[in-house]
Amino acid sequence: MRDHPLAQLTLARMREFYREPEAIFWVFGFPIVLAFALGIAFKNRGPGELKVGVAQAAKGDSALAATLDRSPALAATVLDTGAARVALRTGRIALLVVPGDPLVYRYDSTRTESRLARLEVDEALQRAQGRADPLLARDERVAEPGSRYIDFLIPGLLGMNLMGSGLWGVGFSVVQARTKRLLKRFMATPMRKSHYLLSFVLSRLTFLFVEVAALVGFGWWIFDVGVRGSVAALAGITILGSLSFSGLGMLVASRARTIEAVSGLMNLVMLPMWILSGTFFSYARFPDAMQPVVRALPLTALNDALRAVMIEGAPLLHLGAPLGVVTAWGVVSFAVALKIFRWR
Amino acid sequence: MPAIRCSSLGKRYGDVVAVAGLDLTVETGECFGLLGPNGAGKTTTIEILEGLTLPDAGEVEVLGMRWGMGHDRALRQRLGIQLQETQLADKLTVEETLRLFRSFYRDAQDVDDVLALVELEEKRRSWVNKLSGGQKQRLAVACALVSRPEFLFLDEPTTGLDPQSRRQLWDVVTAFRARGGSVLLTTHYMEEAERLCDRVAIMDHGKIIALGTPRELIASLGAEHVVEFALADGAGRAPSVDELAALPGVQAVRPAPDRCALTVTAVHRAVPALLALLERRGAELSMLATHHATLEDVFVSLTGRQLRDA
Repeated sequence: MRDHPLAQLTLARMREFYREPEAIFWVFGFPIVLAFALGIAFKNRGPGELKVGVAQAAKGDSALAATLDRSPALAATVLDTGAARVALRTGRIALLVVPGDPLVYRYDSTRTESRLARLEVDEALQRAQGRADPLLARDERVAEPGSRYIDFLIPGLLGMNLMGSGLWGVGFSVVQARTKRLLKRFMATPMRKSHYLLSFVLSRLTFLFVEVAALVGFGWWIFDVGVRGSVAALAGITILGSLSFSGLGMLVASRARTIEAVSGLMNLVMLPMWILSGTFFSYARFPDAMQPVVRALPLTALNDALRAVMIEGAPLLHLGAPLGVVTAWGVVSFAVALKIFRWR
Repeated sequence: MPAIRCSSLGKRYGDVVAVAGLDLTVETGECFGLLGPNGAGKTTTIEILEGLTLPDAGEVEVLGMRWGMGHDRALRQRLGIQLQETQLADKLTVEETLRLFRSFYRDAQDVDDVLALVELEEKRRSWVNKLSGGQKQRLAVACALVSRPEFLFLDEPTTGLDPQSRRQLWDVVTAFRARGGSVLLTTHYMEEAERLCDRVAIMDHGKIIALGTPRELIASLGAEHVVEFALADGAGRAPSVDELAALPGVQAVRPAPDRCALTVTAVHRAVPALLALLERRGAELSMLATHHATLEDVFVSLTGRQLRDA
């Protein structure tokens, strides 16, 4: 069994991969670093305390600042005219209150934070002057896992990683073997071509397990990102996605003779999907005219399927459309790659 | 039945004719050498015979079989092939590499035995990129031998190797032949061809220009020794080709820009006569050397060019 050519080829693939520290980092480390950095940066802490300034005046400025400070949403400081102008321009304060009659709110109305500050400051000051609200309302706060940015991000990173490792893992090794004439050397043996191609797929699947477990485990441990659907469904989708991108990698590498050529092709294939396929932000932001194209991309379909299972807990049966797209890409690229593959 | 037979082989790449109507027969049990300068068409020829390159014209028969008739893989089971400039995977060990190649063959040799054959036992756990040039080349030959081949193809197996590594590889080939294997090798080292080959074909511009045993080819020069000399600049007048040809024992004169080579039957008569002639002309020697005629001299006499820089 161990001496079967497919087993030996797959072992060789795996050894070449795990003996390359850079590859290990890009496949396992990088997505986790990215998830961590983005998870921290976009943590759902709301706007927090808004920083506002009160312009120095002959009288009343500190009283005004004290009133504003009492509001839990605001932090106010008294600033002289020069410092206030700089602080406002550089965004260190969201709004500047200039005491006087009438009171002046100086702020940039295109900044969400500043407009929020305008509402909070006005409310705090008007209430302090005794304004009564004619309408009674009660706040009910919601912070449900599943609706945070990190919940959106983790499945997207998973999809992106499946694409990257599928394309690079297959494409790079194939072209390297071709440049080093190793491919030709293999063709001089009775090795079956199908065994050679299959060995890439098999070694990818082995590492896939580690890859998915690392990222999903990390999301769960640090950010409490759960998998609402079944783990089996998630496994099925990642395997399908990985196979599909291996096929695409094979296609990209099928003719290229140099590492430079294949790197260029890889970026040409991946770059549009990084931007369009809703990895970091929803693809609904793109105009309607682009939607059919965006939805037809394999990474879009894979991300949709991953999010449906992880966030919404959808069963596999409901994911026919995106999984169909992923499968079609894989089958077509594999078939074309086999047809045009340069073996020498 | 000959091990390899090919006739009127032709191959061109665009405007460049790599092989121009080549006929060749390699007998079973024979070691046959294809000699020639770079670009003579040696590699194209050997790769056509290996079934890796499709010829434009001609017939090829290897071990009684033809390529592309649906049993290529069966034929490959019986061949051992070392390609020029193959770089094996850097981060696999010697043993892992051999085990991989071994897995492609039905009746393969033990990894330990092959390692012993090429004397790489101590390196079995080294990564390929940690090996020296000679060790890498021996590993490449080991990958060809692991199939227990009937026929071994070697394409410039010792190019770029130091003399000691070269001799180690010669031993490997000699041992393979001792067990009844046939070999086709290409080389541009004449010494290698003389040491290893029963017969050699000298190739130039895609054609065979001479064929025979190394001894026959050297004998075709008509003399066994070569005297080479060069003159110091500006002193006296250089003798003409006719004057040199008239010296006793000289068979042929081959003038070159920086030196002149005489093919001679008897060094002890030709050299004193040459010195006397130069003395009369007031010419001064800057170099004088003699050696036994080699295949290199055969090539030079056939093409008028040196083999290495042709």
